[in-house]
Amino acid sequence: MASYILRRILIMIPLLIIISFVTFVLINLSPLDPAEVVLQSQGVPQITDQLIAETKEEFGMDKPFLVQYFHWFISCLQLDFGHSYVTGKPVWSLIGPAFLNTLKLTVVSSVAIIALSILLGVICAVREGKMIDKSIRGVSFFLTAMPSYWLASLMILYISVKLNLLPTSGMNSFKSYILPVAIITISYAGIYFRNVRTSMINNLNEDYVLYGRACGLSEKKITIHILRNSLQVAISIFGMAVPIILGSTVVIENVFAWPGLGSLSIQAILSRDFPIIQAYVLVLATAFVIFNTLSDIVNAVMNPKLRSNL
Amino acid sequence: MNLLEVNNLKVWDVNTGKEIIVNSSFHLKQNSCLAIVGESGSGKSVTCRAIMKLNKSYLRQSGEILFKGKNIHDLSEKEMRKKRGKNLCMILQNGMSAFDPSCVIGIHLRETLAEHFNWSKKEMSGRMKSAMESVMLKNPLEIMNKYPHQLSGGMLQRIMIALAIVLEPDIIIADEPTTALDAISQYEVIEQFKKLRERLGCSMIFISHDLAVVKNIADEVLVMKDGEIVERGKTAEVFSEPQHDYTKYLVSTRQVLSNHFNRIMEGEAVVVNS
Amino acid sequence: MKFLKSISQDKIAAISFIVIVLTMIIGTFAPLFSPHDPNGVNMGLRYAPPSLEFLLGNDHLGRCILSRIIFGIRPSILWVLGALVISVLIGAVLGFLAGYFRGKVDAIIMRICDIMLSFPGYVMTLAIIGILGIGLGNILIAFIIVKWAWFARVIRTSVMQYSELEYVKFAKSVGISNLTIIRKHLIPVTFADIAVISSSSIGSMILQISGFSFLGLGIQAPNAEWGMMLNEARGVMFTSPELMLAPGLAIILVVSAFNFLADSLQIILNPKLSRTIKPKKNSPFSKIKNQEKEVAG
Repeated sequence: MASYILRRILIMIPLLIIISFVTFVLINLSPLDPAEVVLQSQGVPQITDQLIAETKEEFGMDKPFLVQYFHWFISCLQLDFGHSYVTGKPVWSLIGPAFLNTLKLTVVSSVAIIALSILLGVICAVREGKMIDKSIRGVSFFLTAMPSYWLASLMILYISVKLNLLPTSGMNSFKSYILPVAIITISYAGIYFRNVRTSMINNLNEDYVLYGRACGLSEKKITIHILRNSLQVAISIFGMAVPIILGSTVVIENVFAWPGLGSLSIQAILSRDFPIIQAYVLVLATAFVIFNTLSDIVNAVMNPKLRSNL
Repeated sequence: MNLLEVNNLKVWDVNTGKEIIVNSSFHLKQNSCLAIVGESGSGKSVTCRAIMKLNKSYLRQSGEILFKGKNIHDLSEKEMRKKRGKNLCMILQNGMSAFDPSCVIGIHLRETLAEHFNWSKKEMSGRMKSAMESVMLKNPLEIMNKYPHQLSGGMLQRIMIALAIVLEPDIIIADEPTTALDAISQYEVIEQFKKLRERLGCSMIFISHDLAVVKNIADEVLVMKDGEIVERGKTAEVFSEPQHDYTKYLVSTRQVLSNHFNRIMEGEAVVVNS
Repeated sequence: MKFLKSISQDKIAAISFIVIVLTMIIGTFAPLFSPHDPNGVNMGLRYAPPSLEFLLGNDHLGRCILSRIIFGIRPSILWVLGALVISVLIGAVLGFLAGYFRGKVDAIIMRICDIMLSFPGYVMTLAIIGILGIGLGNILIAFIIVKWAWFARVIRTSVMQYSELEYVKFAKSVGISNLTIIRKHLIPVTFADIAVISSSSIGSMILQISGFSFLGLGIQAPNAEWGMMLNEARGVMFTSPELMLAPGLAIILVVSAFNFLADSLQIILNPKLSRTIKPKKNSPFSKIKNQEKEVAG
């Protein structure tokens, strides 16, 4: 087991290096000359060839490609992602706090999603084919077809403005979390509770449940066995979900003016602030890889069948 | 006195209204083995689960099932649970799926024993150990710390038998216990079933569609088709003089196979029709 | 034909199918169906309620909302479908190459897929838009670049399963050319799998792309697109919230129709896929995510 965990962690290193390289190449594939972008975003009125050459030298853009990558990679390891083209501030001072804010939103939402999915999944599985199962699945179908930003706007309009119950935007108190978390939860729980439900139902029909009952085990004990097995599937699914949510809170963050990566990245894209885009991709891809590794490890620990195959 | 008496058992599907067991009556004498034969879907398993009251919730049952003279339909779920395992012990077809895949075997065994006896952990292990040794399982303590997928189907089947030995039930209900096994494990498991009867002196309901196995182990046979009992009687009689067309068919198809087999064994030339 | 017959037996699927076909026809022939010029500004009719002439009313610039919805079908649905088809095609070609020929080709294609899939899809899409610049075309290009790897992965698995079947092995051993085997024996059977996986991702793709437009990264004014219309409506949300209604409901209607149809397709074409696939062996570089569903519209 320990060797598996170590192997999984070690394998992250080449993966992260490849990711950093792809990220670096990606930015350099831009049809625009980065020096020109720098000058444009700084509002320089007349861009001359001499200015471009100076900027290139200043940013080290005149060096060979691999050398540039190497320098960039080394400084990234020290959390130095360069400076914003637009404001000139160090990128990390912008990305760092924004990442934390997004992480907070993601973690709270994930907990809510997991809780709601398991709750709904168990209810639907136990009452399979009954009214409550059908209606929960029906409602969830329409909720997942709803654009989340649309639902968010409606909620802001009715709950925050008309009823004046919750803040419309920002991240000031725990109240600020309620609406964004609710919206994210609604969009994702609608998908994931189905997985919990299916895996519960599959488990309910397994022979071990019958044999357990035939041996006179109490329903409580049997439910624990079923939950144990269905949660395995659930956990592997949530393991995939958390990094996906982390990367896709963009729209919700924008609707609620959440000071996170989503808002920052859209600003950067609109103003073509490449260092921020670069750091954004790198930070989230790294988090993605780490979360995926973690979920694999948790999975392996929980599932003896997987464990013995390692 | 009959240990188990089933009178006018009827099982039906609430959703579709379809009758799965039409009207079954049979009984099981103390210390005897009753085999239920029939093709899949004929209602063999449903009958057994009806005795255990373990059918799916959409299946309802009526009629009388008297265990030691008491109707189990009158028992509460809690009383019924006390009977399961301790009095009525079930052995399933597929050992691979009969144990929780995410726990070691020992957990299920210990939970079951804890449900019925006030034994210490040590006593449980001790009893399980000697029972497992008696069904020819080597290193029982090691086996109890293994996950189901690490053991073979035959071993898991014998673990279920070992558990039955410790539980000392009045009736063992074996639902196609040999179907999922290869020929050699099948033989070993059948031998263990025979020994089990000798040792515990318990009664047994044995479901199978393998007539050879049934011939080998059962005293009496019920033949089921489409939820109805179409023939019943002493094993030897049913096999030698089948009355019902369906039984004749079952016996004759087997005959054809074994005749063919015997011919080959006797070294006769087999003409292959192409 | 068999497909249409099975669809017609399932009421919800039939309705969804009709909704989708109608939407596509109306979108393709938008100029014929729309009563007015979608970009025709008429300041006198600002925020006008629905009338006989303007069935859904007018927006903040007095433009006909119905006409804008109809013209919006093109970028919101048709172009998205186009992008999906292209990325499925790329995925199918590479998936077939990898799954059928195996060996080095397979290894190389799969490693590239692994790298692509180790980036969160949504983030990658945003990054590509950031580099190429905003605009609907670039969003669609970004989608194609990000999505093909996932399709290639799934299609490869499906091709591999069928290549293992006896009749394909037999065809190989009697010397039928690879191209013929693929055309005659593999494409027909894998098509069901391909249809199921691509149909189940249409809904989330439409939602995501409308989300990007909503953020102002997509189609530029004055062109009509549903997400874009919602973006404009959001600006005047507090004074006239009714502008949010039509485009929002249009998206819900079409996405639900696609989702329902995808569900029925799955049951009709490939019942075994509808059960949750239990995670089997997972090595870090080869992890099939059967749940790569991202909602973020």
